[in-house]
Amino acid sequence: MKALVAVKRVVDFNVKVRVKADGSDVEIGNVKMSMNPFDEIAVEEAVRLKEAGKISEIVVVSLGEKKCEDVLRTALAMGADRAIHVETDEKLEPLAVAKILKKIAETEQVQLCLLGKQAIDDDANQTAQMLAALMNAPQATFASKVVLNEQEVVVTREIDGGLETLALKLPAVISTDLRLNEPRFVKLPNLMAAKKKTLEKRSIDEFGVDITPRLSVQKYAEPKARQAGIKVANAAELVEKLTAAKVI
Amino acid sequence: MSVLIFAEHNGEQLHQNTLHAVYAAQKLGEVHVLVAGSNVQNISEQASKIKGVSKVLHADAPHYTECLAEEIAPLMVSLAEHYTHIGAAASAVGKNIMPRVAALLDCPQISDLTEILDNQTFIRPIYAGNVFTTVQSNAKKLVLTFRTSTFGAAELGNQAAEIVSVAATPAQNLSRFVSRELTQSDRPELTQARVVVSGGRALGSAEQFNAVLTPLADVLGAAIGASRAAVDAEYAPNDSQVGQTGKIVAPELYIAVGISGAIQHVAGMQDSKTIVAINKDPDAQIFNIADYGIVGDLFEVVPQLVDALKLKQA
Repeated sequence: MKALVAVKRVVDFNVKVRVKADGSDVEIGNVKMSMNPFDEIAVEEAVRLKEAGKISEIVVVSLGEKKCEDVLRTALAMGADRAIHVETDEKLEPLAVAKILKKIAETEQVQLCLLGKQAIDDDANQTAQMLAALMNAPQATFASKVVLNEQEVVVTREIDGGLETLALKLPAVISTDLRLNEPRFVKLPNLMAAKKKTLEKRSIDEFGVDITPRLSVQKYAEPKARQAGIKVANAAELVEKLTAAKVI
Repeated sequence: MSVLIFAEHNGEQLHQNTLHAVYAAQKLGEVHVLVAGSNVQNISEQASKIKGVSKVLHADAPHYTECLAEEIAPLMVSLAEHYTHIGAAASAVGKNIMPRVAALLDCPQISDLTEILDNQTFIRPIYAGNVFTTVQSNAKKLVLTFRTSTFGAAELGNQAAEIVSVAATPAQNLSRFVSRELTQSDRPELTQARVVVSGGRALGSAEQFNAVLTPLADVLGAAIGASRAAVDAEYAPNDSQVGQTGKIVAPELYIAVGISGAIQHVAGMQDSKTIVAINKDPDAQIFNIADYGIVGDLFEVVPQLVDALKLKQA
């Protein structure tokens, strides 16, 4: 059984981004970039399923500028077998990404698609659900446990108020939540070995998908800064202040 | 211009999230609410009393019982032609279903929006709430999810809107519900609470987490939240996580106990009206956004705070 994992190159989760002075974009010229943390969890899960003999091959895909190669190499070093890079300098919306992933999933005849639940840059939380819709496949979003059988995949999901377990027919689409697993560290020898693995370049045009943005961004702005607060000496003083401010 | 809002419910009770979504949607036009489930006439009746709702669409079929995205999305698509906007609260339920609807309709979605400028222009947070982006779309149809903490809740009135039965779509049978395990709690729900008390890694263990925070939450009638570190260490259940990837809250009072204030956590609580931080590290980032801070050992400060609050209430 083949699995497809989609990974995105995003601003590293520790970086606090700034908006350009004219509000035209976000300043990401010289900041550290890495694999979206939820996608690392997706790669890790696929590798574990392969190690357990449930999956025979892992194809990892990324869409975006040339530097996306870095995150694909990382995924290969983690244990993915092969990578596909759909190169484009356009900013892609989730629906466009889902349409291209669908075409790849069909050509590759994958039974399982693993994606992160959201990318930490646009925070959209849409692509996996859209991919499932386009494939007419079942979906399990926000997965915290995955059990793969021959005919179906049983997934425990994080929902508001607790957990829910669903069984999905294959092929299926899963989006990963934080608690699914702890991604492994990439060791240097694996990184070296990953350089020998296949990284196929595909042009976005060959998919025949209309990627014209449907949304136009008018501006970017930073949130209103909170007024600087004060430090109080002890609990009694805090209660006094909160009472005076009519908070309690 | 009319808007279709998906009603969230548990089979017995309409969820508060639906009231927030209706409140937001009124700015866009006439609001209709879709209630889907099996034997949920009572939910449709509740929904018909929400102020601002002019029609309730009632879809009753066994395959709608568990609110599976594969079953609900085609239903929403079957009703979509009459609406310019289709929306839901940005809860786990709304986030799960709406992108599937958007893709089936081949229309764009605007997630977790916090402000409606006009029918085509919206503001939403990106980068863990560090940036707000204004997006516009000329699409004929838009799918939206609303951030509940930034929109008020529509009230329930005495007038009942018309309830219309709509045809159920055929069962898809792509997925099957197995089980659901809900965290039992007598406390107010985290996203709706007026006061939230949250703990971080510094609590040290699940026992200490409960021993320190429960009395404080009790005296304030507060919900209990947690940082990701506290959830990962299993001090608190997953669904209590506050942050970019957990719950977004905006209570009147948020008390962060032993939480450093990483940007991912701050994304989930920075719109709280008043923020209090208790942390022994004077340089912790949480003090940058706290209105009131106490530098000290939480194991001493919190019990003192509980005593002082009890004294005030007595």
